[in-house]
Amino acid sequence: MSSNLDALYRQVIMDHYKKPRNRGLLEDGSHTINMNNPTCGDRIQLTFKVEDGIVKDVRFEGEGCSISMSSASMMTQAIKGKKVEEAIRLSKIFSDMIQGKDYDEDVDLGDIEALQGVSKFPARIKCATLAWKAMEKGLTEEEQ
Amino acid sequence: MNVLDIRRQFPILDQEVNGNPLVYLDSSATSQKPIQVIETVERYYKEINSNVHRGVHTLGTRATDAYEGAREKVRKFINAKSTQEVIFTRGTTTSLNTVAASYADANLNAGDEIVITYMEHHSNIIPWQQVAKRTGAVLKYIPLQEDGTISLEDVKATVTPNTRIVSVMQVSNVLGVINPVKEIAKIAHENGAIMVVDGAQSAPHMKIDVQDLDCDFLAFSGHKMCAPTGIGVLYGKKHLLEKMEPIEFGGEMIDFVHLQESTWKELPWKFEAGTPIIAGAIGLGAAIDFLNEIGLDNIAEHEHKLAAYALEKMSSVPGMTIYGPLDAAKRAGLVTFNISDVHPHDVATVLDAEGIAVRAGHHCAQPLMKWLRASATARASFYLYNTEDDIDKLVEGLVKTKEYFSDVF
Repeated sequence: MSSNLDALYRQVIMDHYKKPRNRGLLEDGSHTINMNNPTCGDRIQLTFKVEDGIVKDVRFEGEGCSISMSSASMMTQAIKGKKVEEAIRLSKIFSDMIQGKDYDEDVDLGDIEALQGVSKFPARIKCATLAWKAMEKGLTEEEQ
Repeated sequence: MNVLDIRRQFPILDQEVNGNPLVYLDSSATSQKPIQVIETVERYYKEINSNVHRGVHTLGTRATDAYEGAREKVRKFINAKSTQEVIFTRGTTTSLNTVAASYADANLNAGDEIVITYMEHHSNIIPWQQVAKRTGAVLKYIPLQEDGTISLEDVKATVTPNTRIVSVMQVSNVLGVINPVKEIAKIAHENGAIMVVDGAQSAPHMKIDVQDLDCDFLAFSGHKMCAPTGIGVLYGKKHLLEKMEPIEFGGEMIDFVHLQESTWKELPWKFEAGTPIIAGAIGLGAAIDFLNEIGLDNIAEHEHKLAAYALEKMSSVPGMTIYGPLDAAKRAGLVTFNISDVHPHDVATVLDAEGIAVRAGHHCAQPLMKWLRASATARASFYLYNTEDDIDKLVEGLVKTKEYFSDVF
């Protein structure tokens, strides 16, 4: 198989796909956001708890391909414990990275960096961004 | 029918994708175009481009003759009684929306029923949902058998004397099943309903005779049958079309415009407001010539063989689920499937790296996906230019996909 594919399906992505972190839903009282990708049917439900401007907890449920589900898992891991504005900023950096644009490389992206290979597969970019868009929408609503 | 000769007439097939020869298995989404169609469209723009039904100059007459000539080709292709029954549209979606907005809105009342099936494409669901909302009519669904086929008993049980419209796809874009639309039309008529046939997946692949089917409307698209995108057809029985109001108004479709009101041209032009899709219609005419030369029966037989071959070979891939009937006799040339533990998008991406183009997703049939209990599926669809070799490469690709995903886990 091509090395391009290996750049897409990195070990760490498969690990998150097979063993998703923060999968499930938080009980009542937390903010819920649903989003789907109408072109392919992927869907995600995100629940989170924000206290004092900090994302205390976040969980996701959904259906989709390895890229969309691993991205969701990594996203929850990345924003848990972060300030709301930091989480939103991370989402912007992620969006730049996934589209192959220049992004702030000083920020430690951890596992998320593994998704960089998606930028070479334009048809799959929307898979990777679904969870992040949901997070951004949810946190922006929460702030208002 | 010599497939290798046919392939040579499709320039797009002769290329590499991601370092591998292209294997195009997505013709149910859109077919490729033969050189004859491409050159006909090119010639139109190079030699006779002009607006139709206007003015007296020579090019205008040539363009009008070519455009109306294409209409006659479509008439023969579906055996309509008259070219007055052949309306050029943008595609199947526009055709079905025209029946919904014009015929249905004027003829349906609260409590009337519209009957469709669980396997319909969104374009044969949503226009009726909207009619139901506007008129108070009820939208009912014919259930499917275990293998995805429709039983006439279920049709009889769903269609009642309150049913005004029955609308069914002739070939499913997901299950590949060929529906008994002629028999369904009979049941519709016995109950006083009209019969609409969505021919998007059938017109490219099998002979259609609207008089034999006795359908009241037939909708299909050019781009799935070797013609350009942006052109489609709505066939309707003349006595129905005559009573229907246009849904678009403007140039081309009028008889006379007064200050406060206007009158319409005769059929079919009253439904073709504005400058029509001239190059597209002429391209569709060329596509029909091309298909006729090969013969629709030969094409159907070829695809049938491919479907049978694909069903047999694909079944041998470990973890394979195939949707729809496994009996090739009940099928057209497409196979929808899933491989265990690999999402169809991932399947499509890995196949694409091998140069193999398949569709992945919900195929614009979300109610059917729900019935199949699948959020998404992958689909390989075949046309006259596909070969058993293409299917062998697909199966090889699927085995590799399965291995690739077991390796990375």
